[in-house]
Amino acid sequence: MGQESFQLIAAMVLRETSIIYDERKDYLVEARLHPLATQAGCASIDEYVRLVTINAEERRKAIDALTINETSWFRDNAPYQAFTETILPTLMANRTTRRHLSIWSAACSSGQEAYSIAMLLDQHLPAGWTAEIVATDVSTAMLTRVQKGRYSQVEMNRGLPATSLVKYFTRVGTEFEIIAPLREKVRTRHLNLADPAYPGIGTFDFILLRNVLIYFDQPTKHGILRRMHQHLAPDGYLLLGSSETTLDLPPDLNALWDREQLGRVQAHRPATSTPPRPITTAALAGA
Amino acid sequence: MKALIIDDSRAMRSILRRIVAGLDFETFEAANGQEALDQLNDGLMPELCLVDWNMPVMDGYTFITSVRANQGWRNITLMMVTTESEQGQIVKALAAGAHEYVIKPFTPDAIVEKLEILGLVGRGIPA
Repeated sequence: MGQESFQLIAAMVLRETSIIYDERKDYLVEARLHPLATQAGCASIDEYVRLVTINAEERRKAIDALTINETSWFRDNAPYQAFTETILPTLMANRTTRRHLSIWSAACSSGQEAYSIAMLLDQHLPAGWTAEIVATDVSTAMLTRVQKGRYSQVEMNRGLPATSLVKYFTRVGTEFEIIAPLREKVRTRHLNLADPAYPGIGTFDFILLRNVLIYFDQPTKHGILRRMHQHLAPDGYLLLGSSETTLDLPPDLNALWDREQLGRVQAHRPATSTPPRPITTAALAGA
Repeated sequence: MKALIIDDSRAMRSILRRIVAGLDFETFEAANGQEALDQLNDGLMPELCLVDWNMPVMDGYTFITSVRANQGWRNITLMMVTTESEQGQIVKALAAGAHEYVIKPFTPDAIVEKLEILGLVGRGIPA
């Protein structure tokens, strides 16, 4: 694709999602737009980019295609181990009356993270407890996929133990569909993490925000971490991706978070010295 | 560690060999279950067998059943790598003693992740 087309697309994605595509990723942009260009009858990627600039539907499709990330079940394993060994028991010990857990898979992509957690809850959450997983993403196509809970054979191979495949999926044609009891635990919602507020999203005991912040510029990343703090229970846990760091935060934002090492995973928790949070409209809406 | 790759397709054996060799396994190959059993009987003791299902002479399911019937081979980890994708077949292989199951086609990452699940390669260590 031409340099001008790349700049146009990169600027559009940045404007609408705050995700940065630098020039070294032009091959990725091209690979993801190529099927759409063919589908739209365009002879080249450059022609398709011209179409995107004037056609809202194609623009939505292009943004969906460019915000998809490859993912696997129980990705990196260590966060899931931390969840079952430490996070879940700790949260449960503090919620013996309410007996309910709220979990947020932020930037859920095709849903493997949310459903991996749903499988672990099925195995580790005692009878009498309930849990809800909210899966959000900027891509409406991804959210539709999560709702359907259907995965290709290639996707099923990615990190999913064969015993879980047998227990939690049924074969539908050439695909595998997650069983209804697990699908019902996951509620999808469209959300752009770069938006200035997340009204109505609620408060969560556990938030997974993994391998997402790397796509945002610094101010957006800081804004997201401030909003995460507002939507995390005072004793909740926030997990970032294994390669993501918060060592470079401005002092006021840094002071909001305590770090806790859970095996190979570092969890972020609301700082215990943090003064009581003011009640915001967003918090009220989510209460 | 040693890995025995059992598949009647030379091309598939080559693909799998490159993946597991990249994980520091010493690799051995067999074109069917009987050839693989012969190698085990001759003293080869791999930590891992990657086993296709449909092969001439002896299929992968029979091979797995044979390995599990021998106490001396109980430490061998068995992973099916096959086009058989019916859930009933997966259940059958697991019940016979397969530890993991990969459906063809697969990406190299899929093999690595399955070996991580099995604890045969390191898992969760940030790159």
